[in-house]
Amino acid sequence: MDAFLHQFLSGLATGGIYATFGLALVMIFQATHYINFAQGEQAMFSAYIALILIQAGLPYWAAFATALVFAFVSGVAIERLVVRPFNDAPVLSVVVVFLGMLFIINSLAGWLFTYGVQAFPSPFPPGLGNRFLSGHEIGTILVTLATLAAVYLFFRHTRLGLAMRAAAENPEASRLVGIRVGWTLALGWGLAGAIGAVAAIMAAPVIYIEPNMMAGILLYGFAAALLGGINNPWGAVAGGFIVGVIENLAGAYVIGTELKLSVALVIIVVVLVARPAGLFGTSIVGRV
Amino acid sequence: MSGGRTVGLAALLALAALVPFVVGSFHLLQATMVIVYAIALLGLNILTGYNGQISLGHGAFYAIGAYVTAVLLDRTGVPYWATIPIAGTVCLLAGFLFGLPALRLEGLYLALSTFALAVATPQLLKFRALESWTGGGQGLFVPTFQAPFGLPLAWDQWLYLIALAIAAVLFLLAWNLLRGSIGLAIVAIRDHPVAAASMGIDVARTKALTFGVSAMYTGIAGSLGALVAQFVAPDSFSFLLSLSFLVGSVIGGVASISGAVFGAIFIQFVPDLADQVSKALTGAVYGLLLIGMMALMPGGAVGFLQAVRRRWPRVRVDQ
Repeated sequence: MDAFLHQFLSGLATGGIYATFGLALVMIFQATHYINFAQGEQAMFSAYIALILIQAGLPYWAAFATALVFAFVSGVAIERLVVRPFNDAPVLSVVVVFLGMLFIINSLAGWLFTYGVQAFPSPFPPGLGNRFLSGHEIGTILVTLATLAAVYLFFRHTRLGLAMRAAAENPEASRLVGIRVGWTLALGWGLAGAIGAVAAIMAAPVIYIEPNMMAGILLYGFAAALLGGINNPWGAVAGGFIVGVIENLAGAYVIGTELKLSVALVIIVVVLVARPAGLFGTSIVGRV
Repeated sequence: MSGGRTVGLAALLALAALVPFVVGSFHLLQATMVIVYAIALLGLNILTGYNGQISLGHGAFYAIGAYVTAVLLDRTGVPYWATIPIAGTVCLLAGFLFGLPALRLEGLYLALSTFALAVATPQLLKFRALESWTGGGQGLFVPTFQAPFGLPLAWDQWLYLIALAIAAVLFLLAWNLLRGSIGLAIVAIRDHPVAAASMGIDVARTKALTFGVSAMYTGIAGSLGALVAQFVAPDSFSFLLSLSFLVGSVIGGVASISGAVFGAIFIQFVPDLADQVSKALTGAVYGLLLIGMMALMPGGAVGFLQAVRRRWPRVRVDQ
């Protein structure tokens, strides 16, 4: 029982990372109806910024905050400079642009920081842990919850959050009441970038930092977002925790780590076939 | 097809058949791979471009085709040429079976499911229980063969000609399929599923069959690809292969037949080109090229050519 509880709780900790990352994907999806395939690479690059600042002697949380600011600014810049010109392009062309960005950021990171695997510090002392969870896992869960709370408060209780929700819901009407829809879109990209960076920085002490570190997390975050229902941010969060737990339990009890990824994905696809709009999503009904 | 175009295409085919007698063996190998990729991309175009089902996992069908050929040659006495249609049939079935549950999924959900297939493929190929068949992580060697009837051809020249002949037949079949009533049904489902259904089109069956046919094309390509590479291993079929199929398809022009050729040329040569431009920043050069291509021609190469033709209509009267 103890072993099971350990696997379950540690699944929740990784699930928190997927939840955070899934939330980043959903934020961009809600405003643009695109999945940003370069989200993981943006996050990875920001984690490298944090690592460099820490190595330069900055306190951990100062480096953390600076990396988030960097992630925010680069997110805004990517929207304004790269994505915006493709507003009217076909969906698949935009997907290719995202893939192009993925290759560019990945290659830049390899060039600047080398492809070698590096350790990444955790701010949480091992003493924080108990017999079920390590200190870092508990810290990850706390950071996840704090991030979710901050996002919730921002969208629920600030004027800017309200404006962003309005712009995503109905761009034309929002423009008529004076919301600068273009900038709220860029802001959304910035926030998604920062949220994604949190996920990468929390994941890095466990999976180590290297340019390809986010491939798995991107896939799981994508799966989490879809499992929960891509048009429902809280669904994405719930989906993240569910995916984390499924992954861990499948790895520990069903098939072993070798096929862990495949099994987790099969489970997710089966769930989706049963509920095509995701667990908490609503299917979009259009007028014919 | 107007008479002029038929003659033009026949001339092009004849020209392509001369390639193995004028280029060296390295370039011949590259040319063969262009043909192989063109077949694979045509399969993806039928599904994604014409039927509107996004697949991020066609590398999986390519892998299945390649492994069917490799395992048959390794384990049985089936001659190499017979493995190609067997690989196609296996992929037709695999695609149809995968297409059935995928019917319920649309857009991004389908993209995720197919992407999951692409990610799972190398893991499944390495899976220990299948190792005695697939050779596990080591992969399998695919033997070379002689040209039949004592033809004075090296194996690579012969293989190129086989690939070219198969491609010609498959392109003709695709053209025929897509211009007929089935093709109209396939496109109608993409453009408006509800209207298509109310016109009496069996949406579910057509979509699943399209998935099967698409997988068959890509599987035949995989089978040929294994013969060209003389080797199959799980890591050659990572999800990057699926992504590069999607890239090739979009760069060529996703809802077109000829786009598959442009896309195949792109995915065969541009990564090497990027590598030559900068060894350290290969990925960045490739990414910039992708974004640049999409900025210049959002409809792919074929869309670009169509736009050019509309801008400067031909003076000559087709007759």
